Amino acid sequence: MFKILKYSFYDLIRSRWSYVYFLFYLLLGFVLLFLNNDVSKAVITLMNIIIILVPLIGTIFGVMYFYNSKEFTELLLAQPIKRSSIFLGQYLGVAGSLSLSLVLGLGIPFVLYGIFKSDAIFDFSLLLVTGAFLTMIFTALSFNISISNENKIKGFGYAVLLWLFMAVIYDGLFLMSLIVFKEYPLDSFSLVATMFNPIDLSRTLILLKLDISALLGYTGAVFKQFFGTNTGLFVSLGTLLLWTVLPIWRLTRISKKKDF
Amino acid sequence: MIKIENLHKKFGKNVVLSGLDLEIKNGGIFAILGPNGSGKTTLIKSILGMVVPNSGQIYLNGATIKNGWKYRKQIDYLPQIANFPGNLKVKELIRMIKDLRQMPSNEEELITQFKLEPFLDKKLSTLSGGTKQKVNIVLSFMFESPLLILDEPTTGLDPAALINLKKLIMQEKEKGKTILITSHIMQFVAEIADEIVYLLEGKIYFKGSIEELMTKTQQTDLEHAIAAIATTPTHV
Repeated sequence: MFKILKYSFYDLIRSRWSYVYFLFYLLLGFVLLFLNNDVSKAVITLMNIIIILVPLIGTIFGVMYFYNSKEFTELLLAQPIKRSSIFLGQYLGVAGSLSLSLVLGLGIPFVLYGIFKSDAIFDFSLLLVTGAFLTMIFTALSFNISISNENKIKGFGYAVLLWLFMAVIYDGLFLMSLIVFKEYPLDSFSLVATMFNPIDLSRTLILLKLDISALLGYTGAVFKQFFGTNTGLFVSLGTLLLWTVLPIWRLTRISKKKDF
Repeated sequence: MIKIENLHKKFGKNVVLSGLDLEIKNGGIFAILGPNGSGKTTLIKSILGMVVPNSGQIYLNGATIKNGWKYRKQIDYLPQIANFPGNLKVKELIRMIKDLRQMPSNEEELITQFKLEPFLDKKLSTLSGGTKQKVNIVLSFMFESPLLILDEPTTGLDPAALINLKKLIMQEKEKGKTILITSHIMQFVAEIADEIVYLLEGKIYFKGSIEELMTKTQQTDLEHAIAAIATTPTHV
């Protein structure tokens, strides 16, 4: 598996898109820090961007890489290599190089700005960790979609729809249900509903670690009671981990049965 | 060497292999023939484990290949359509496959034989179909595995390369390897094959030497014999 990972990773590191992605974050980090001059505010702005952009890039990159490396995959399938190693290796190559671009691209400007001396170091690392998780989750989901769809256009469409649903539509449905059922106690419902969407979960997780959560009112207090504690943090990180592991598990299961 | 029992495979509603039985002994060149869509490539891919059969068993040297992957160390495979990752150079591709297989190889000899030196530093996406096929041949002949599977090896080759290929196949046969070949070029088959396996509608319709086929179909050349075989009422 590690050989496949190595080749996929090198292949991606050499490609132009990894650099573009890396430079984008580098530039974003520098601009935000030096225009804002406030690490906490920069973290909030970054969060808003990361929460939407990371899943989108993970999804698109995952689907594109999967379909583009069809030939590579076919070549490998005839070699004495376990099937699951081929797909896991490719997946980790994509997710790894994307996460690396994110962590390095944002890490460098913040380190240069002196994040280690600031109080926001925990918030910032949480941002990077959730960003890496979102990359892993959405790349895994997009690999799942592409392995189940021979047709590129269909696969691409489903992947974009998935992103749209998680990033936009889910929130809309969530809000609507809150309005419709406002007569009922909704605390546990909203907690659970947040858990079922990795994007919402990441957003809540970061927001409640920041000072601005005081502005969220009663619901905020309920959320803070849960997510603000260490138990809440571990449960949320555990849920993110589950969101990563389940698609990877399905990927290996399907890869064993598929014909090429 | 290879033993296949009651192999079934369908893609959706399309039944490709329906209860195929086949036994191939050690050593020699076996030509797998059959009309388009008769299941030749599916059969080969089943042996390689790229296609998962619906039912039936495949044994390689007595051991089942189901869910296995280590057995592929004993197989070299030349795919029908040479699809390679386009952003790699020829040299890098060869190095990569060597790295993945970790076996002794003799690629230099093959590269000179097929005059591929000028292409070593070119990207695979820039190569012509015939040159790609030559790279394909180098990749599948550079290891010493006891089983060699060639799916349409002659596609796109010029006459000089074709002569080289035949020489190469004969050399491998003399080393005692088992070689499975599919081809639609009957002249090529007649020259090299020891035995013919004819597939029709997902079953083995005929298995035997070229002479046996000629007497059975009462034809004098292989091309006509193969064309006539499907209309001959007698089964194997």
